[in-house]
Amino acid sequence: MNDPLLKLSGLTKAYPGVVANNDVSFDIRAGEVHALLGENGAGKSTLVKTIYGLVKPDSGTMTLEGAPFIPAEPRAARAAGIAMVFQHFSLFEALDVAENVALGMENPPPMRDLAARIKEVSETYGLPLDPSRIVGDLSAGERQRVEIIRCLLQDPKVLIMDEPTSVLTPQEVEILFETLRKLQSEGTAILYISHKLEEIRALCDEATVLRLGEVVGTCDPRETSAREMAELMVGGTLHVPEREIGKSGETLMQIRDLSVASPAEFGTSLKGINLDIRAGDVIGIGGVAGNGQDELLAALSGEIRTQAGNIFFQDQDIGHHAPDARRSLGICAAPEERMGHAAAPDMSLTENAALTARKRKNLTKNGFIDWGSARSFAEEIIERFDVRTPGTANAARSLSGGNLQKFVIGREILQDPQVLIVNQPTWGVDASAAAAIRQALLDLAAKGAAVIVISQDLDELMEISDYFAALNEGRLSPLRPAQGLTVEEVGLMLGGAHDMEVAHVDA
Amino acid sequence: MLTLEKRPQPSQFWSYAAPLVAVVLTMIAGAALFATLGTPPIEALSKIFWEPLFGKFNFFYLPQLLVKGAPLVAIALGLSLGFKAGIWNIGAEGQYIIGALCGAAVGLAFYPMEARWLIFPLMLIAGAFGGFAWAMIPGILRVKFNTNEILVSLMLVYVAEQLLASMALGLMKNPEGMGFPGSRNLSQYASSSSWIDQGYGMHWGVVIALIAVIFAYILFSKHILGFQIKLAGQAPRAAAFSGVNPTRLVLFCLGTSGALAGLAGLTEVSGPSGLVSIDFNVGYGFTAIIVAFLGRLNPIGILLAGGLMALTYIGGDVAQSSLGLPGAAIQVFQGMLLFFLLAVDVLTNYRVRMARGATA
Repeated sequence: MNDPLLKLSGLTKAYPGVVANNDVSFDIRAGEVHALLGENGAGKSTLVKTIYGLVKPDSGTMTLEGAPFIPAEPRAARAAGIAMVFQHFSLFEALDVAENVALGMENPPPMRDLAARIKEVSETYGLPLDPSRIVGDLSAGERQRVEIIRCLLQDPKVLIMDEPTSVLTPQEVEILFETLRKLQSEGTAILYISHKLEEIRALCDEATVLRLGEVVGTCDPRETSAREMAELMVGGTLHVPEREIGKSGETLMQIRDLSVASPAEFGTSLKGINLDIRAGDVIGIGGVAGNGQDELLAALSGEIRTQAGNIFFQDQDIGHHAPDARRSLGICAAPEERMGHAAAPDMSLTENAALTARKRKNLTKNGFIDWGSARSFAEEIIERFDVRTPGTANAARSLSGGNLQKFVIGREILQDPQVLIVNQPTWGVDASAAAAIRQALLDLAAKGAAVIVISQDLDELMEISDYFAALNEGRLSPLRPAQGLTVEEVGLMLGGAHDMEVAHVDA
Repeated sequence: MLTLEKRPQPSQFWSYAAPLVAVVLTMIAGAALFATLGTPPIEALSKIFWEPLFGKFNFFYLPQLLVKGAPLVAIALGLSLGFKAGIWNIGAEGQYIIGALCGAAVGLAFYPMEARWLIFPLMLIAGAFGGFAWAMIPGILRVKFNTNEILVSLMLVYVAEQLLASMALGLMKNPEGMGFPGSRNLSQYASSSSWIDQGYGMHWGVVIALIAVIFAYILFSKHILGFQIKLAGQAPRAAAFSGVNPTRLVLFCLGTSGALAGLAGLTEVSGPSGLVSIDFNVGYGFTAIIVAFLGRLNPIGILLAGGLMALTYIGGDVAQSSLGLPGAAIQVFQGMLLFFLLAVDVLTNYRVRMARGATA
């Protein structure tokens, strides 16, 4: 038990212009839950991809159970006992659970045997899952179980989990932790990547912190405060968003009995949503991914038009208004998907600034675009929101996810909206940038705008919201004051643990 | 092993160099093709590229460059609007024919009136409208019933060709033509000729093509509509989020390309071709697709590409008559140009790397 199961020594990997991993060494023992911490771009992904055989290190060695371990490809890594659950699932929605599992196997057994094994493993580890269900109908938590079971069927020695709880309700997180603890007791080592420091404190035995590709520290998370760990990650003190509690102002927007069919297959239709949006309020809307978040944002931003009598802005029915008409009124939005939805990847930042700002920033005259003004607006966003990029002529796709997110949020905030709707505003953004974005949202609300934050990050919602509502299966719970809500209450509002018994009634 | 790696930014250098490299590669492959056909390759290439521009008879060929280039440029510009937005009008040939028929019908209806100030403008309007209306068929079908505009517009080419044959042999046949198929020769009447100066190859189609280049340039560099067209093609979801109305965009792109093709058809039929005959169309509508891509969907690029493509047409004729090169070889040559362009184009967005060892 004392010899390390997996030993990394001196791993270095450089990409043109950036050293992703620089002399990274640490050990993982059998039966240990080892946290890997770091901001975006700290080199966590490169490191786990190296272990999983997706990236070949420039120098350095790995040993697994004392033997040299140089996986040339993921198949070799899997054969050696490394399994990985990715942050983004790779599942086919139209196939059932067993078929999806079979697709990831080298020599899948006959379907009936496989279904039986899936049932057996799922019961052993407390991960309820019916092998015959279609993945498209599963919740995010259930989809993750498919991925985990896919890994467990290989009897892994090391299980790598990349941000596993970002899509789970608190109750589902508990179930996952039970499973991980059971694995741990059987001697499986778990390498656990997460931004959520409280979770790491609850689960992990040891933590390695990466910053700019280097190991900057190790700690025992059970004895280190979340704040200390965060400061280790960013290498400085952390700014906590602050706000003055203001009074709610006049009602800006009213949503009355809004029901919309989702334009996407396997999307979630909105069902009878009611919401009053008042000036100066920050409304947090929680929910597990795929419960109607995209649809709600689209209905408010104008991407989906609704019937008359559903959406009012200052008593004016705006259900049939196009996005630009709503922007003219002062309703701005930032969708979750940055690449290709909130921004056009191949266009320059100047063009992306004009993408939504042309009405409110007067970037067009008689239909002719004033590129000079658009460029200055892009420069203003870059400066005010600390977007790291060589210049406004760069294509949006050349920015890292966090930087592009800052650009997108900044673009909407700097248009001085009266109502701002954002979906996952800090998804994939590092801690200090996330704090800056939250602060900007709070400042906007303090100036008298209404801000609706749709997010799966409950800590974030609790930190900035005045009111909280949960979106579950396309239905929105009544608003409740955020102050005093407990995690359990929030979890129940989110639909509990998404047990298999929960009826899925999709219109 | 060679692998392709996506560039963080499209390469400026390659977006300009790709067409040139494609032309050079086409010349090399073309030379090989001509050699296997038993034609001296260098001589063939010089007949195609040199002879029309700088040869002894260039006074004859240079005007031809305008005559052949103008319809290609006008049609390709129209197509480039849609192609940028991901709207694939493959039926410009049909819109070209219908535009010619509508415009010619007006001209013939007024025969023998001589009021050019009235008749020719009416012909232009009718020509543009004919192409527009023909393009609206796939447009409206796509908007209303989500049909595939590629198939509908392509099929309508064959419908248009049948209509042309019927007109040339029936309704529009020259009553004084001694039974020969084809209409009266519009270019012979001052009221309906599109020629400005036949000796220089100048006709109204050339003027329209040049004006269209300027308008398209302004549209894409300055106007919100050009921005929306680009956006819809590159990132449809971002376009919807930005507020682009897809219905309007489809109708605008198809309608404009149809109208331009119709104008090109009309100015051709009342000028260089002169009469509505069964085969007055020579496939400009299809060649323009190559021109649009060779010009990288950029107005200035299309102008240059149209000139280059016209040159291969004229040079091809020269090579055909003086070296006995088969006409099909010239078509293969033109096809290779598009093929190489698409291949070299990969380098704009990707770089080639030597990958050592086995990585997944």
